Amino acid sequence: MAKTITVLVGTRKGAFFLRSNDSRKTWQLSEPTYLGHIVYHLVADPRDPKHLVMCTKAGHLGPTVYYSEDGGQSWSESSTPPQFPKQQGAEEAKAAEAGESKPNEKNGKKARVVESVFWLSPGHASDPGTWYVGTNPPGIFVSKDHGKTWQPMTGFNEHPMYSKWTEMGETPGGQLLHSINIDPRDKNHIYCGISVGGVFESTDGGADWKPLNKGCAADFMPDEDADFGHDPHCLVMHPKNPDRIYQQNHCGIYRMDRPSNEWIRIGKNMPKEIGDIGFPIVVDPNNADKAWVFPMDGSDVWPRTSPGGKPAVYVTSNAGESWERQDKGLPPEKAYFTVKRQAMCGDAEQPFGLYFGTSQGEVWASADEGENWSCIVRYLPEIFSLSIVASD
Amino acid sequence: MKIHIPSPLRSYTKNESIVESHGSSVRELLQNLDHAYPGIRFRMIDEQDGIRQHIRIFVERNQVTDLSMPLKGNELVHIICALSGG
Repeated sequence: MAKTITVLVGTRKGAFFLRSNDSRKTWQLSEPTYLGHIVYHLVADPRDPKHLVMCTKAGHLGPTVYYSEDGGQSWSESSTPPQFPKQQGAEEAKAAEAGESKPNEKNGKKARVVESVFWLSPGHASDPGTWYVGTNPPGIFVSKDHGKTWQPMTGFNEHPMYSKWTEMGETPGGQLLHSINIDPRDKNHIYCGISVGGVFESTDGGADWKPLNKGCAADFMPDEDADFGHDPHCLVMHPKNPDRIYQQNHCGIYRMDRPSNEWIRIGKNMPKEIGDIGFPIVVDPNNADKAWVFPMDGSDVWPRTSPGGKPAVYVTSNAGESWERQDKGLPPEKAYFTVKRQAMCGDAEQPFGLYFGTSQGEVWASADEGENWSCIVRYLPEIFSLSIVASD
Repeated sequence: MKIHIPSPLRSYTKNESIVESHGSSVRELLQNLDHAYPGIRFRMIDEQDGIRQHIRIFVERNQVTDLSMPLKGNELVHIICALSGG
């Protein structure tokens, strides 16, 4: 029986499923799921792919999470979506009752409200049913029941340094906590990124966190050598060599080889006319030295489009010592693609398949490690995320 | 009392545009509404009891700014998704 490869597509106007067999030559597009809802991230559980989780928001409504237990055929809403603890003390309640302050303000500072649930990560293989989400404003929330209920990770959300770590404030898209990576060797070893805030690491299951930004540029800050305040766009731990971490940052492409605590700017080896700015980064699951990026124009007001209007993927096969351009099949010119941080991914097939989705609603795929590209769907809404699930 | 439900929230009310609930304040009314239609409150009221940015609630013709607003029990309540374009 042929394997089915499904690309899960999260868009500004709903979720879609693109299905093919393992040849990955032709693709069928599903009808939309939750049409009109903003789907920031949609992921199948690698431990049990019939479980899917989707982070959403609707234009007027607050954020929520939907989960499926039947491979996406039906969905239910989380009964306790991610939310910060209510911060209303007795005194404040009294003031609010008397009309002296708004209930979501405390000591002149706005109490935290989850504006969007932005990032999804399945938990460790030994923790079935456990998921993590990252939010705007920055927060980590944990589900132990496949997404039905969510609890705040207080070790991060209430960390004594939280206010300092997040004081750089919002990007135009919010202040996003993303790239929650769980070490496959140790479920208590976790990384995350905050855009803007930096990369952070926990070695005790999220009870405590430390910044991990040494060596990473932050040319927008007054103190370029600060411990935090950096702008990681995407962070990926290699699944088979978890000591190897790659980072696509606002200020370049980096690699870190633990136990070193210092980022090495491997983006300096990119062609100067292309630069090393972008959002996503994808690794080859079978080769820790191989990774792909999708460079974007980070000059001037940050167009976030393909440099020169000529889209290309760049690949390294030597951990960033050199990079090669891959653009066969992509438009040769006058194409201004934007690819968001969740919108590029790889499959688990041989040869390794790569996929990216654009803000113009196109999904491009390569079934040969980026050598040749073809557009497998057009005319979708703005794409926020892609992820892959394979089933027999 | 009768509550007008806007279309983005009708997935919670089985597509009913007008539902009945009760309460001595807007806060209590919304709690009771959420008991009848689980999840509906959080989509319009955040975890700090703030009315979400693009939601408006009217009791008769008075816009609600504070959930402690008292209710007599016979008012008409409108929940509105603030109109926006683009």
